Amino acid sequence: MPDSLIWLILGMGMATYLPRMLPLVWLRTDGLNPKLQGMLKNVPYAILGALIFPGVLTIKEDNLLFGAAGAAVAFLAAWIGFNVILVVVCSILALVFGSFIL
Amino acid sequence: MGAVLQEEFRPQLSLIHGIKAGLPIAIGYTPVAFTYGLLAKAAGLSLWETIAMSMFVFAGASQYIALSMLAAQTGAIEILITTFIMNIRHLLMSASLNERAEHDKPWIKAVYAFMVTDESFSVAATRNEEKLSSHFLLGLGFIGYCSWVVFSGIGYITGAGLPEVVQNSMGIALYAMFIGLLVPAAKKSRKVIILASTAALLNIAFSQYEPLSGGWGIILSTILSAAGVELILGEEKAHA
Repeated sequence: MPDSLIWLILGMGMATYLPRMLPLVWLRTDGLNPKLQGMLKNVPYAILGALIFPGVLTIKEDNLLFGAAGAAVAFLAAWIGFNVILVVVCSILALVFGSFIL
Repeated sequence: MGAVLQEEFRPQLSLIHGIKAGLPIAIGYTPVAFTYGLLAKAAGLSLWETIAMSMFVFAGASQYIALSMLAAQTGAIEILITTFIMNIRHLLMSASLNERAEHDKPWIKAVYAFMVTDESFSVAATRNEEKLSSHFLLGLGFIGYCSWVVFSGIGYITGAGLPEVVQNSMGIALYAMFIGLLVPAAKKSRKVIILASTAALLNIAFSQYEPLSGGWGIILSTILSAAGVELILGEEKAHA
């Protein structure tokens, strides 16, 4: 590997840090249009939808059902009211056991 | 006295609250970081380069792609541009988080901003508290960061893959966490259901179209859903 790799890593660090840092440090939204503020408040729920699909269906190559089954278990566990850690543990265990049984 | 106390008492979330809230993230990062360590070794990086990339870049998908681009002898500029594009979505998250974060000195915000990820943002943004303390955000980011860096190194050193069943099954962890965060909010609000399903459907559609897969699909579907739903449903509250 060339010496330049550490410079590339630092450059990549900047490329990931700037979008994370700039709005938190510089953005002033106190006087922002309420419509825009409302949109910003919608971002978490919209982004969760986009983060879950279609990604969850791709965790096992060539088998959509594997991810779908895991998602269904997570959904059920969350619906019952389990906390997030339990939801995560339940879906991992369900897939491990499922893989052994099927 | 009760009234005065209540006025004074703002439930400030502590560092420990943040660390606890970040535990599912730390679990979820384990297999992803582990695999990154393995791939980095296969791509010819040294142990220190592997760990340095996790320490300074701290972005899973970008690190995976950088490895494959390095292996393909891609130029540094292209790698940097790709990294930037894949992480533009954090602009949206940081801007949204800024609405909820307590007012604090810029340098403190600059520190926890480094640890804003899809996962830490999702956990923070679905909290019920009106304002989130800097301590909470620091703890939340830090535990995931530690897991990411440490397991990158462990993946590199052990040099053997996890058993396939475990690897595949643990791949559900971060998605299960996202679902675990979304469902309680969705149970309380029709608007949340509409926001999430609109963005999900859009992102599924975008993922079929090569130039929009990767970073852009998530950004576009989030903006279209967040803006569109606000314009149509207006004032209806999405948050608790």
